[in-house]
Amino acid sequence: MKSIKYIVASVALLAGMSTAAHAASTLESVKAAGKVKCGVNTGLTGFAAPNDQGVWAGLDIDLCKAVAAAVLGDANAVEYKPLNAEQRFTALQSGEVDLLSRNTTWTLSRDSQLGLDFRAVNYYDGQGFMVRKDLGISSAKELKGATVCVQEGTTTEKNLGDFDKQYNLGMQPVKFKESTDARAAYDEGRCDAYTTDASGLAAERTGLKAPADHIILPEIISKEPLGPAVRHGDSQWADIVSWAHFAMLIGEEKGITSANVDDMKAKNAEGTDGADAEVQRLLGITDKLGEGIGLGPDWAYNILKQVGNYGEAFERNVGKSSPLGLDRGLNALWTQGGLQYAPPAR
Amino acid sequence: MAEISAGPSGHSAAIVWWRDERKRALLWQVLVVAGVIAAIWFIASNTIENLRTLGVPLGLDFLDFPAGFAISFSLIPTDLDSSIGRLIVAGILNTLLATAICVVLSTFIGFLVGVLRLSGNYLISRLATVYVEAVRNVPLLVQLLFWYVAIVKFFPNVRQSISLNDMVFLSNRGIYAPRPVPQDDFSIVLVALAVGIAIAFGIRRWAKRRQEATGKQFPIGLSALGAILLLPILVSVLLGNPVEWELPALQGFNFQGGIVLQPELATLVIGLSIYTAAFIAEIVRGGILAISHGQTEAAYALGLRPSRTLRLVIVPQALRIIVPPLTSQYLNIAKNTTLAGAIAYPDIFSIIGTSLNQTGRAVENIAIMMGFFLLLSLIISWFMNWYNRRIALVER
Repeated sequence: MKSIKYIVASVALLAGMSTAAHAASTLESVKAAGKVKCGVNTGLTGFAAPNDQGVWAGLDIDLCKAVAAAVLGDANAVEYKPLNAEQRFTALQSGEVDLLSRNTTWTLSRDSQLGLDFRAVNYYDGQGFMVRKDLGISSAKELKGATVCVQEGTTTEKNLGDFDKQYNLGMQPVKFKESTDARAAYDEGRCDAYTTDASGLAAERTGLKAPADHIILPEIISKEPLGPAVRHGDSQWADIVSWAHFAMLIGEEKGITSANVDDMKAKNAEGTDGADAEVQRLLGITDKLGEGIGLGPDWAYNILKQVGNYGEAFERNVGKSSPLGLDRGLNALWTQGGLQYAPPAR
Repeated sequence: MAEISAGPSGHSAAIVWWRDERKRALLWQVLVVAGVIAAIWFIASNTIENLRTLGVPLGLDFLDFPAGFAISFSLIPTDLDSSIGRLIVAGILNTLLATAICVVLSTFIGFLVGVLRLSGNYLISRLATVYVEAVRNVPLLVQLLFWYVAIVKFFPNVRQSISLNDMVFLSNRGIYAPRPVPQDDFSIVLVALAVGIAIAFGIRRWAKRRQEATGKQFPIGLSALGAILLLPILVSVLLGNPVEWELPALQGFNFQGGIVLQPELATLVIGLSIYTAAFIAEIVRGGILAISHGQTEAAYALGLRPSRTLRLVIVPQALRIIVPPLTSQYLNIAKNTTLAGAIAYPDIFSIIGTSLNQTGRAVENIAIMMGFFLLLSLIISWFMNWYNRRIALVER
């Protein structure tokens, strides 16, 4: 079954590539199709997973929605394509998806050798380890000779190798195609430790038989800037995707939420005293900055109205009010000591 | 036009070429071949062109890159500094190992169940039927995941592992057993083994010749086994057992030392063999049923016992019917090993998957894997065709 998927993917790669050469720009084809084809995780709570009503939800999903809201004016005009770690790049290269928003780490080799472009980071993460409490260890450096369950086809595999080499641990990786199988094997005791991005660990722990019996070790062994990827060579589309994320950041910075965006628009109407010039530009009140990237003046208004700002998306999906309960940490705005920083809208 | 007006009385050479069936057929063939070549050329050149547009390099240089990731099971030594090419070779060997074990095991189980389904004993034949119907009607991936969970759940955690005399340890990390470490004189034992095998072949030839000449039978199997086993054991004892055993011992998180059968390989071998054996059982049953019952009756009339009848009369004839579809099953085994990634066995498909992800070279990686499976399948079917010709009915 898997091999069939694989062959289909490679044929799609070949066939898709032969058409991609003659195809219009991504923006035109998205407008023509009336929907954004978004490659997402097959199921990672908080980032991309169907909720209890069977509707896709998560931080990565919100980015897909933001792009759809900016381009088509409708945050729900998204076709989600669940992809596993192995399929994702081929799917994007071949044009099967317009945008890959699938907790994908931005690395030099991926940015340069895969025919992809990364321009924004919607979650700053790092790789960690989860172990059983009763092992009695408190540091990942004590995992000498341990068996580690890991998902195949991720940067996780390589980070594990680097960490192993650095501290000469001789760990034994057991690699599964699907993260759910890897987690299940860890839960059954096939492995001493389970490794993935720290946010993923928090999400996966909620799915274990006894979440309280497991601890996440303090070491973060890598930098994992997770962000959306687009095909190389279509700068306009890359601009749209990265600015969809930046608009959500500026929205949070300026205190614009999905609830008050109409008030903010009214309050900052042209010629009003004490109006914020950047808010005016962002919401398309004065300048028509959206035109520069092929969008209407309401592009950012639509994002903030229909999806909300970054802080809202974070709290809703992975923050303290969600089952994951993650801190803002590195993902706080730069004004609050975090790394999330948007270039100015002007 | 002049030729057409020559009418029915015209000579065949005078017929216009498009009315000549043979020439028309030739034209169609040329067109089809040209079409196929054009399609391949179109796809290939477009792919290369588009990869260039995307800035993705094409080539096999990535095989020399250091892989930087480890694999859990390998027949050749690998470490974190091994090249991607070396890990792919390790994956190929893992696939070949699983395929070889599954072919042998599924053939054995398949023949047994196929014969049992024809047994006169109601209970036995029903049980065999239930086995075949239950196993071949459930998807293989589901069965593999079932066996994996069953094995990992059934065996205890590594710290509570079942110890057999402190030599063999069973846990959900695998079965650990002592590993023989050959000492200096061990090569002499290997020579003794070779001599034993040669003697066994000698006994077989002598016994066959004697039976043809005198009709007297000789217990070939037992004596050959004796020669193969006893001689090396005797030599080994005389040399003072030039083998040391390295015992597995729990150190830190895992057992260290000894040899290990990991649950991943065990699951793949058990699941795939049991699945394929159900199909082989049906092929064997069909082959045996195709042999006229008169053959059995004739053999009984000559005074052959049922087991001999089966072995000497029925099966050799049935094999001619069994072998061609059996070849397909062997090919299926080789291809079905690619499901191993779901249960974390590092076969070629799984390692190619990682390599693809690390290097992004989708076209090359998939091409390597397809080339390998094509080659493996061609070798299997070449061998089976050779075997089929050998056992074919020699017509006089």
